[in-house]
Amino acid sequence: MKKTLLAASLLSTLAFNSVAADYVIDTKGAHASINFKIQHLGYSWLTGRFNDFNGKFSYDAATPTTSKVNVTINTGSFDSNHADRDKHIKGEDFLHASKYPEAKFVSTKVEDLGTGKLKIIGDFTLHGVTNSIVIEASKIGEGQDPWKGYRVGFAGTTRIALADYGITYNLGPASTYVELELQVEGIKQ
Amino acid sequence: MLKDTQQSYGWLTISLHWLTTFTVLSMFALGLWMVELDYYNPWYKDAPHYHKSIGLLLAAVLILRLMWKLKQVKPAGIGKPWEQRTATVVHAFLYLGLFSLFLSGYLISTADGRGIDIFSWFTLPSLGQWFANQEDLAGDIHEWLGYALIALVAVHAGAALKHHFINKDATLKRIVKPLTPIKDPK
Repeated sequence: MKKTLLAASLLSTLAFNSVAADYVIDTKGAHASINFKIQHLGYSWLTGRFNDFNGKFSYDAATPTTSKVNVTINTGSFDSNHADRDKHIKGEDFLHASKYPEAKFVSTKVEDLGTGKLKIIGDFTLHGVTNSIVIEASKIGEGQDPWKGYRVGFAGTTRIALADYGITYNLGPASTYVELELQVEGIKQ
Repeated sequence: MLKDTQQSYGWLTISLHWLTTFTVLSMFALGLWMVELDYYNPWYKDAPHYHKSIGLLLAAVLILRLMWKLKQVKPAGIGKPWEQRTATVVHAFLYLGLFSLFLSGYLISTADGRGIDIFSWFTLPSLGQWFANQEDLAGDIHEWLGYALIALVAVHAGAALKHHFINKDATLKRIVKPLTPIKDPK
């Protein structure tokens, strides 16, 4: 135990010869979530999430710009806690999950903004359309977990315009974009 | 006159039959229309609400209709044996289709644990989620069943019209108005 701790701390301090570690997003233990919010009529925020997704990333605190992220979302797992609405959103007017069962994010570039803040640029595919988006991310923490594993976690936000992805159903002028809020905890492999 | 006889259907069966007809056709049209409404349409909320309320009340009416049917004399079949057999099968599938429609429709809206408000009269409780992606699967089945039922209704109505205009028998007449035993139905 002591040895592994020592090895881990050595690894993280030896920045010059460190190799970014691979992490699997902990969807199994549900220490990660993909949440969204969209305005309802301009009067309130409606929130929900995608229950089924998976992904991995590589990250090293010393060289954050070498990080890579890859996430795949099952669009059919859209959940806004209302069956009729979920059916509508998963249907042809919006996500069209039967035709586009997957949404995907693949990072292309990571910028280090300092103090644990990162700008993750990548290709986001939704509804069969791919656009470059920027996720503003910040590291929440990292270290040993109590069960012999090693974890690092981030929070991220981004905003996408529905029309950019070919989703043009009119929900009103205040509801043309969606805010995505991502909570990600990775377990080191 | 109220009860069915060997020759004809009685008023109660006749009323229930046409109430079902009118409601089924209305719900089909309403269903097709309401799913195309845009979000800002004044009917966006009410149309599905009425569709669910009326549809599920029809389920209750249909249960009463079946109970009544079981207690009645079955009017003698008209036409060739294969026609009579086919009619029985079509009737059975009409009932089966309707109950499958009620169930699949119910399963769409109750998948999230919420009950269905029947007008502002009472709430039919949810029995929770029975299977994964329930609202999508039940929705697809509901839509498919709707078309299938209307196709079957067309066969049913077409057969009745054929008997009325080509065979010139009492098939259609006796479900419009009770025929008295004195009058020969042929």
